[in-house]
Amino acid sequence: MNKNSKATLFLGLPYYLWAAFFIVIPLFMVVWYGLTDKTGAFTLANVLSIMRPAHMKALILSIVLSLGATVVCLLLAYPLCMFLVESQKKADSFLVMLLIVPMWMNFLLRTYAWQSILEKTGILNAFLNAIGLPSQHLINTPGGIILGMVYDFLPFMILPIYNALEKIDVNVVNAAHDLGANGTQTFTRVIFPLSLPGVISGITMVFVPALTTFVISSLLGGGKILLIGNVIEQEFTLAYDWHLGSGLSLVLLIFIILNIVVSTAFDRAEV
Amino acid sequence: MKELIHLKNISKSYGDKVILDDLSLVIHENEFVTLLGPSGCGKTTTLRILGGFETPDKGQVIFDGRDITNLPPNKRNLNMVFQNYALFTHMTVADNIAFGLKIKKKDSSYINEKIRYALKLVNLEGFENRSVKTLSGGQQQRIAIARAIVNEPRVLLLDEPLGALDLKLRQDMQYELIRLKNELGITFVYVTHDQQEALTMSDTIVVMNQGYIQQTGSPEKIYNEPENAFVADFIGDSNLFPAVMVRDRLVAIDGTEFDCVDTGFGTNRPVDIVIRPEDVKLKNENMGTVNGKVTDLIFKGVHYEMCVDVKGREWVAHSTRPRYVGETVGITVDPYNIQVMNKPASEDEEAAAVNE
Repeated sequence: MNKNSKATLFLGLPYYLWAAFFIVIPLFMVVWYGLTDKTGAFTLANVLSIMRPAHMKALILSIVLSLGATVVCLLLAYPLCMFLVESQKKADSFLVMLLIVPMWMNFLLRTYAWQSILEKTGILNAFLNAIGLPSQHLINTPGGIILGMVYDFLPFMILPIYNALEKIDVNVVNAAHDLGANGTQTFTRVIFPLSLPGVISGITMVFVPALTTFVISSLLGGGKILLIGNVIEQEFTLAYDWHLGSGLSLVLLIFIILNIVVSTAFDRAEV
Repeated sequence: MKELIHLKNISKSYGDKVILDDLSLVIHENEFVTLLGPSGCGKTTTLRILGGFETPDKGQVIFDGRDITNLPPNKRNLNMVFQNYALFTHMTVADNIAFGLKIKKKDSSYINEKIRYALKLVNLEGFENRSVKTLSGGQQQRIAIARAIVNEPRVLLLDEPLGALDLKLRQDMQYELIRLKNELGITFVYVTHDQQEALTMSDTIVVMNQGYIQQTGSPEKIYNEPENAFVADFIGDSNLFPAVMVRDRLVAIDGTEFDCVDTGFGTNRPVDIVIRPEDVKLKNENMGTVNGKVTDLIFKGVHYEMCVDVKGREWVAHSTRPRYVGETVGITVDPYNIQVMNKPASEDEEAAAVNE
């Protein structure tokens, strides 16, 4: 081993330790618990328990809600990013700051804030009543959960799209105009395709945490709407069935890996 | 030649920074026009106004008799080759070239025909399905040109298109561009800060500085008969000296009188003169109009460059025969090789003449 690779190993040491203790070992434990029963014998029962109606319902609801949140995030983030990139060019970074500051706040705190806004006697309804409108029932509904997901995960959609859009050379856009494209054609044929890698990584970065969340659904779903994350959480913290919880986690892991594989494939095709 | 483009009294400012001030310029059909000047002289802004990417604050852009000042780029019958190529990196070479034609909804056999023709023209046959990211800088440049010319523009605008290429490739591309222009028979408007490039390619050079046109003319005219000190200094190497016009056909440089061919400057009038280094002839001591001492000798390949101290002023001379440092030489200049110019009269001219 030469001196250089020794130095590399030394520099990498904190990472290797971190990866071993906080990634590899826990992951191994999840796999081990997930594929064994209480006696330690191999079983697929924990994984297959996803087929139970209650679990399946939670999984499907999770997928639907996180897809919904992802779509809403995309529709909000894309125009916003175009606007931000435009205003950035005019050195108007105040707007960007305005957007980023709330994101520095702890996301649990922000979710609690939404809880008090959406509550039956919360701020939103107080406001609606004050201007003579009827109360809205948002807390403990799928809509409320999507709202929470969107608010919490929007930054993860904004940042990659913003980066992708910012990197587009203004002359590339000018070239499209020059070659006869109008605004719409320039967007659909040049700007959007060039920003696609950012869009895809934004989708992954919103969809995956949304799919696995249990805090948002606990706080804004009032314990009445169970997502797959809540089911797993309850197996660990209430039922103390680490085997079942790990088995369900493995199922979720498959979905996450699938999502990442699909998005990297997309990304490759683009490059 | 028929007049094709007329820029009339164009002014453009960004904030309180004046980029162009009352600029007027006529460009003819099938002309290779080069806008030449240092950075910040307004040449690129002029090109972008032609392309429709900037709107002038004042003035008109007349194209083939029609006012196109407020027409957006996609409605103009001219195409631009951008400085950094600005290719569509998410498309193949063929899709890049076809972009404009697809927008115009041409049928696919016409498009394919055009792609083949354009690639042949830029010597990149068979590159249709390559990704533009895999191409070298020179190849990308050719694709950028192909992408523009398939649209059959009446005018091709080129914004320092060779700036990012290395010297050898740049020289090859200069000849390529001249060939292309002759084959296409369209007008080229070319922006560069490289005077050699301008001299090599252009029919007409427009020398610009600080938002003003300094001189317009053929490369020979610009090189041999610069109208002011800025042009003389910017184009080629030159000995640019203050002098006194003693009377018609006689000019005094640091007290030494030289014959020249210029008349009409009056008597004992301060002027600027320019002498190209290749026109400074070095003779043996006392064989010239004035003696000087060689202070520097550099081998330049085709010729030697020598600095000669004459009465405290440094003259630069080019010759195939070296004179060594310390040698005393005589200097002569043929009368027609001394270009006499008026000293800047107005303050604007003054500003423009400062060679920074």
